[in-house]
Amino acid sequence: MQQVTRRPKSLLDVKMHYCPGCGHGIVHRLVAECLDELGIAKRTVGVAPVGCSVFADHYFDCDMIQGAHGRGPAIATGIKRSKPECIVFSYQGDGDLASIGMAETIHSAARSENITIVFINNAIYGMTGGQMAPTTLIGMPSTTSPKGRDVKVNGYPIKVCELLSQLEGARYLERTSVHTAAHVIKTKKALKKAFQYQVDGKGFAMVEVLSMCPTNLGINARDCAKFVGEKMMPVYPLGVFKDAEAPAAGGK
Amino acid sequence: MSDKLLMKGNDALAEGAIRAGCRFFAGYPITPQNEVPEYMSWRMPEAGGAFIQAESEVAAINMLFGAAATGVRSMTSSSSPGISLKQEGISYCAGADLPIFFANVMRGGPGLGNIAGAQGDYHQSVRGGGHGDYRTFVMAPYTASEMGNFPRKCFEVGEKYRIPSMILTDGVLGQMMEPVEFQGEPVDAAKLPVPEWAIGANPGRARRMVGSYDLRDGELEKMVLERVKRYKQIEEKESLCELKMCEDAEVVLVAYGIGARASLAALKLAREQGLKVGLFRPITLWPFPKKQLIEVALRAKSLLVVELSLGQMVDDVKLSIDCRIPVHLHSRPGGVIPTGEEIVESVRKALKAGPKEVACSR
Repeated sequence: MQQVTRRPKSLLDVKMHYCPGCGHGIVHRLVAECLDELGIAKRTVGVAPVGCSVFADHYFDCDMIQGAHGRGPAIATGIKRSKPECIVFSYQGDGDLASIGMAETIHSAARSENITIVFINNAIYGMTGGQMAPTTLIGMPSTTSPKGRDVKVNGYPIKVCELLSQLEGARYLERTSVHTAAHVIKTKKALKKAFQYQVDGKGFAMVEVLSMCPTNLGINARDCAKFVGEKMMPVYPLGVFKDAEAPAAGGK
Repeated sequence: MSDKLLMKGNDALAEGAIRAGCRFFAGYPITPQNEVPEYMSWRMPEAGGAFIQAESEVAAINMLFGAAATGVRSMTSSSSPGISLKQEGISYCAGADLPIFFANVMRGGPGLGNIAGAQGDYHQSVRGGGHGDYRTFVMAPYTASEMGNFPRKCFEVGEKYRIPSMILTDGVLGQMMEPVEFQGEPVDAAKLPVPEWAIGANPGRARRMVGSYDLRDGELEKMVLERVKRYKQIEEKESLCELKMCEDAEVVLVAYGIGARASLAALKLAREQGLKVGLFRPITLWPFPKKQLIEVALRAKSLLVVELSLGQMVDDVKLSIDCRIPVHLHSRPGGVIPTGEEIVESVRKALKAGPKEVACSR
C-alpha cells in the first residue's frame, strides 16, 4: 500500500485542544509542512500568542516562546535581531494582531523585520468567549455587540492586508482561506512562500487566513465554512496584496 | 582598564552595559534617560550587537523578552512613566525566568510629573511592579562610576538566579558628569556560555519552550514556589550596602542614590557641628540589606530616612529593624533635591524627639 500523506515531522503527535470545525488545526499542519519541506525546523523559533492558539507552543516540534497578548511581532523582532540565523514566525489571531497588538504589527512591517506572521482571522474573539473582534463584520452579533456590530457604536472592521500594503517595509502580504480543500491548498502555497521570503532575507511577510469558529459563531461546522465563503470573503477579498517581486495588486 | 573618563551618568550606564557583554538594546526616548539609547544607537553596532528604537516602551520590553530568551545579554532603559508601561513585559520575563536587565532613570511623578530627579518608583521597583508574585534584583548607584559598573553585577546576579535585574537611578545622576572608572576587563560576549534554557537554532537537541504559564492544577504554584527559593538565596547572599561613620553615630541617615548624595553633604555638615551622624546606604534595594541595618540600628539612637519620595523606603527600614529604635523620615517627593542644611535640621529634631511619638509612624 502506498502512503500518500503523513503527519508532518514538525507537528507533535499530541491531542490539540481546538473545537471541532476550527481552522487552527488545519493551519498548524500547513505551517509544520512548510517547516519540513523547507528543511528549516531545526533553526525555527515560533512565537505563540494569547488567544485560542495560546497552546501552539505545545504543538510544533521546534523551539517556541509564549509572550504577552499582541506582542508577538516585538518578541519575534528581539529573537531575529539577536539570532539572525533563526527562522522566526509569529502565530496570531485577530484580537491579538489587529487590536491589542496593532502597533507591534504595523511597526514590525514598517521596519521590514525579516519574520513571518501567520494571522488567523475568524472575525470573533474565541478564547474569551465570542466577544467582538476588530474584524467582526458589520451587523454580525457577538457577546459584546449582541444586536450586531453597529458602525455608529463599534466602528468598521479592520482590513489588515489592505492596511499593511501601504507600508514599504511589508514585502509579502496575501489573504487566503481554509474553508474549502482548494483554499487550504492555496493557503499552504502562500505560507510556504512567506517562509521562503524569510529564508531569502527579503523582509516582512504575512499571510492572513480566513478561518472558522463554529463555537463562537454559534453555527455548525459546515455552515461556518459557508459563512467564511459567503459573508467574510466579500469583506475580506482573497489575493496577493504585496509581493516585493511583483507590482502591488489591489487584491482579488 | 583603569583609565578615568569624564562621563555623564547615563553614558556611563550604557558603556558599562556594553563592557558587561550586553549585545541587545531596545528602547524608546523619554527624558531624562535619552542619552542611553542615543549612546547605544552607535556604540552597540560597533560592539557587534543590535540596537532598536522601538515604537513604544511596551514593544521595547517585549523585544527584550525575545532577545533574552536566546541567551543574549539584553538591556532596556526608561524613566518612570515608561517603566510603568514596561511592567507588563517585566512580569512576563519574571514569569519565564529570563535575566533581562533594565534601568529606571526616575523623574518626578505620578503621571507625567516632571523631568527632575525623584525616587517615587521605589515601591514599584522593590515590590514587583507588574502583576503577580515576583521580585527584581535592584541596584541603586549614587555616582557616575557606579552607574558604569553596576550593569555587570546586574547581569551576573540576573543570570545566576534567572531573574530580571534593574538599576534604579534618577535624572540628576543620569545627567551628572563625573570621572568614571570601569572595573575589570570588558566581557567578551562571544565567549559567554549559551544557557541551557536558551531558544534558537537547535541542531541535535530537543526543542525548548520559554513561557510563563501553566494551567495544570497546582503546577503554577510549584513554579512560583521554586522561584521563591531563589529569592531567598538572593536575600541571603546578594544584599549590599555602604556605611559611613556609623560606629559612633547617634542618628544614622538611611538613604540611597541621589538621596544619599544629599545625605553625604548633611553628614559632613552635621559632623562639623559636632553632631554624631552616620550614613547607611543600601546599594541593593531588593534584597534590602536588613541584617547590616540591624547591626547599625543596635548601636544608634534613631534612624532618619532621607528619600525623594513620599515615604517608601522608610517601610523597608522599619520592617528590617522591627521598630527596635525610632525611625524618622525626611521626605521631598516632588522632584526637589533636599539640601544638607535641611537634613541637618531634621537630624536635630530626631535627636530631640521622644521615642514613642515617632516610633513606627511617619
